[in-house]
Amino acid sequence: MGKKRAGAWYVVSILIVVALWHFAASWMNLPIIQPPWAVIVNLYHIFPSEIAIHSFYSLWRIVAGVLLAVIVGIPMGYCMGYFEKCDTILSPIVYLTYPIPKISLLPVIMLLFGLGELSKILMIFMIIVFQVIIAVRDGVKSIPKETYYPLYSLGAGVIDIFREILIPASLPNFLTSLRVAMATAISVLFFTETFGTQYGMGYFIMDAWMRVNYLEMYSGIVVLSCVGLILFGTIDYLERKMCYWQYK
Amino acid sequence: MIRIKDLSVTYESLGASCEALRNLNLELSIGETCAIIGPSGCGKSTLLKVLAGIIKKFDGSVEINGEPVIPHQQKIGFIPQNYGLLPWKNVYENIRLGVKIKNKKQAEDKEALVVLLQQLGLKGLENRYPKELSGGQQQRVALARAFLLQPDLLVMDEPFSALDAITREEIQNVFLDVWRKHSVSMILVTHHVEEAVYLGRKIVIMSAFQGTVNTVIDNPLFGVEDIRNDQKFFELCLTLRKIIKEDWSKWEKKERELGMLSAY
Repeated sequence: MGKKRAGAWYVVSILIVVALWHFAASWMNLPIIQPPWAVIVNLYHIFPSEIAIHSFYSLWRIVAGVLLAVIVGIPMGYCMGYFEKCDTILSPIVYLTYPIPKISLLPVIMLLFGLGELSKILMIFMIIVFQVIIAVRDGVKSIPKETYYPLYSLGAGVIDIFREILIPASLPNFLTSLRVAMATAISVLFFTETFGTQYGMGYFIMDAWMRVNYLEMYSGIVVLSCVGLILFGTIDYLERKMCYWQYK
Repeated sequence: MIRIKDLSVTYESLGASCEALRNLNLELSIGETCAIIGPSGCGKSTLLKVLAGIIKKFDGSVEINGEPVIPHQQKIGFIPQNYGLLPWKNVYENIRLGVKIKNKKQAEDKEALVVLLQQLGLKGLENRYPKELSGGQQQRVALARAFLLQPDLLVMDEPFSALDAITREEIQNVFLDVWRKHSVSMILVTHHVEEAVYLGRKIVIMSAFQGTVNTVIDNPLFGVEDIRNDQKFFELCLTLRKIIKEDWSKWEKKERELGMLSAY
């Protein structure tokens, strides 16, 4: 599918979702389901002055959490995938801690790291890092042995192996893991932003809800889903750019 | 000079040890081509992996120009059965990979690359990815990578076996052409008798039994113009086939005897 057509599909799917929403709103005709048009008009009025700052806070927390997860997760994944011993030692630890619902640790994290930015970023980090580790590790493990042979016979060092084989080979896996983890991260971020902050989409939406301002609440939800759209779109874009060879 | 002396390799597989090569001896002069032929499981690929520096645990000695095989120090070009191209690198990057790793920061010879692209008929394909190439083209890329490196030893593991008959002959010709211009020492493993006779100045027939050399033949037909259609070519191929078959039946007999022994 051409790039242009992929872009057009984004518009079409937005229209479909808005249409469904419109029908639901006019069918039920309740204040709890605001019509999309009213929400869009409201967004136009309050986005620059009120919501923008909240969405930037949320975006920053996600980006910081993801970066932290990448910095920790990628080297760990490579080591576990390439060095058998590393995997033997670290796998049980990863398996033991991976299934813990990270949200259940929120009180502990908040007590240890305070109510501010750090605890929110750490939550996102903890959710994403495991997926990154496992995906990168399995990506490295699935490289056939024969792929290394020409490099071994050239006398390639570990750095060469990393640069020429491990990094490009595991990149698609890594981006997929990021995509999978991102949705969870956004939902958890929403939850953490209802505590100890005056900024973030979570705060904005919950605050609007408390004030029974459904119009603002829906505006917040729309912005949050747009943040998601931007993040997923960015990952797709990176994949097209960096894993170009895959689609040949 | 490439000298293999009393080479033995044992594998550790599921707790049992398995002998792939036993006391193998072989000598090859510089700039010579050698074709190793033998049935599957005779240890051909193991021998190649030792020469390429991939298998490091072995008994005996393997020397290239009087020094033990250390991939770090020598230039060894290795072309595996699947050509060993990296799918995430285009033709140009794949060809340069060898010199890139070997020469590190030294500037490479750009002219040599252009000449090789010309010789191997790869002009215009530089920006393609391996997936976009035919088997024959991938093979050419692998050859370009190996020749650009100007290796002390070029090792090829059944390099032409995945190609169709016509393409195979064409690439064999291309290979010989390029080889003549660079004249590197080359060892190739094959199970095609004709390929061995066409490409090997020396032909080594491995025994089916326990990774030893059966016969070494100095091939008088190597490099003769248009030899493939010559009567002598067929005759030599027939002779080789006979030797291989005799060895094979000897091995079968031995297996049967062993089987009977264990039945008692």
